[in-house]
Amino acid sequence: MADVRQIVIDIISDIAPDEDVTNLDDKISLREQLDLDSMDFLDIVMELRKRHKVEVPQEDYPKLATLESCVSYLSPKFA
Amino acid sequence: MKYDAIVIGAGMSGLAAGIRLAMFDKKVVILEKHSIPGGLNSYYQRRNADKGGIRQFDVGLHALTNFIKKGEKAKPFSKLLKQLRLSYDDFKLCPQSYSKIVFPDMELKFSNDFELLLNEVHEKFPHEIDRFNLLVEKIRTFNELDLSLEYSSSRSVLKEILKDELLIEMILCPLLIYGSAWEEDMDFAQFVIMFKSLYFEGFSRPEGGVRTIISLLVNKLTELGGEIRYKTPVVEILTKDGVAFGVKTASEELLAPVVLSSIGYPETATITSEMTLSPRVGAMTFLESIFVFDQKIPLEKNDSTIIFYNNASKYSYRPAKDFYDETSAVVCFPDNYEPLKRDGEGTVRITYMANYQNWKSLEKEQYAQMKEEVGASALSLLHKLTPQFEGKLLFQDIFSPTTIERYTWHLNGTVYGSIDKTRDGLTPIKNLFIIGTDQGFLGIVGSMLSGISMANLHGLMNEI
Repeated sequence: MADVRQIVIDIISDIAPDEDVTNLDDKISLREQLDLDSMDFLDIVMELRKRHKVEVPQEDYPKLATLESCVSYLSPKFA
Repeated sequence: MKYDAIVIGAGMSGLAAGIRLAMFDKKVVILEKHSIPGGLNSYYQRRNADKGGIRQFDVGLHALTNFIKKGEKAKPFSKLLKQLRLSYDDFKLCPQSYSKIVFPDMELKFSNDFELLLNEVHEKFPHEIDRFNLLVEKIRTFNELDLSLEYSSSRSVLKEILKDELLIEMILCPLLIYGSAWEEDMDFAQFVIMFKSLYFEGFSRPEGGVRTIISLLVNKLTELGGEIRYKTPVVEILTKDGVAFGVKTASEELLAPVVLSSIGYPETATITSEMTLSPRVGAMTFLESIFVFDQKIPLEKNDSTIIFYNNASKYSYRPAKDFYDETSAVVCFPDNYEPLKRDGEGTVRITYMANYQNWKSLEKEQYAQMKEEVGASALSLLHKLTPQFEGKLLFQDIFSPTTIERYTWHLNGTVYGSIDKTRDGLTPIKNLFIIGTDQGFLGIVGSMLSGISMANLHGLMNEI
């Protein structure tokens, strides 16, 4: 079973290298905790596709709001 | 040849778009008509007759706007760094000392610290400071990046808020000449972008000039597997039933489901036979004189970087009636970025508004004569601004609207492109998108963000 939480964190630390990703709260939106904008969310989606062949259609972008929602939305796609 | 995307033009927007597409494994090619990259912000060199070496020049760069300090977040420049995965240090930014807007009997200074401009307005327009603060608040909270905004006149918005016309003229002056395709006015969303870029954020210059930025972009693109072909003009954008499917060069047809054009909206229309729109060519074009002296040019105790000079109470922003208009000028001292160096040659660049039709009508001999006249006028302005300076002139070069036309292929030598922008990049032709100047984000940082956002919107989010 892939560690989806870690996969997302790894991507965020690559696209926003100046952000501290060590103490993220899984229930609070990523945007509130980090300097991420819609362009960065696009990059998260693009990296998921590039690295893991996981597709996230545009209408599902809101499901990546928190780490918790990322895990519940993405886990079946990694299964 | 088949690609995932074709980008026309290797200027700032084309290179940035190419990087974004290549980053996510799109097979992308950038086709450039010129033999070198850069577009409107390119470079050249001239032999130094005295010493036998060569001097390097930037074509257009006075200043890189949108300055941030390392680590600053949620700003256009920081977004650009993240999207292109470049590091702040790579740009080697040298901040300005300060710049000033000089009108008869009135001066306003501004720097990379917005407090300076606020204090200047407070001191020199005390009756306007409350209203100026209201304007600043309106600008701060305005979402200029909303692609669905309607166009509105900045002058009308400013007149609703401010009362002193001189202050309005002075605030508008640098913003118009650094980025308006319209005459006398600019779209308010564009005004907000420019206000933030120039006054909130400020100016810097990369060490090494525009070459530093261009080589960063070209290297990044190449690393990611993107391709650039120079001396490869696109002669036709291939379409069928209103849908673009590739381009034709002098020697072959290249196919792709997405074509991003950075060559200008009217220029794109001329090579697209099915195009149903005729975007208007802008009239704003300029003349620039570049002088090199045997020593640096001292101004006062603290050296200003750029002077926005206007010798009238109203600022007229429109093509010169004659060949050039010496009522106003932008005077840039590229040596006056931190750290100030006081030894070695000194350079100054002086820009006038010009008139394309008049320059175009000149025969070769008259053209040379007219350039001499412009040079003499610019030198006398420099003398007026720095009466104590007695440096020896080593070199001078002048580029005119026809020079701009010759090297950028912009119709009528326009610098800020068409007066008809397409904010969402869409054209009447499906799969053909406009990026760069005519998408509406101007300046070097704006152009790169245009390439990025249009590549994201039309090349990545819509599945290729």
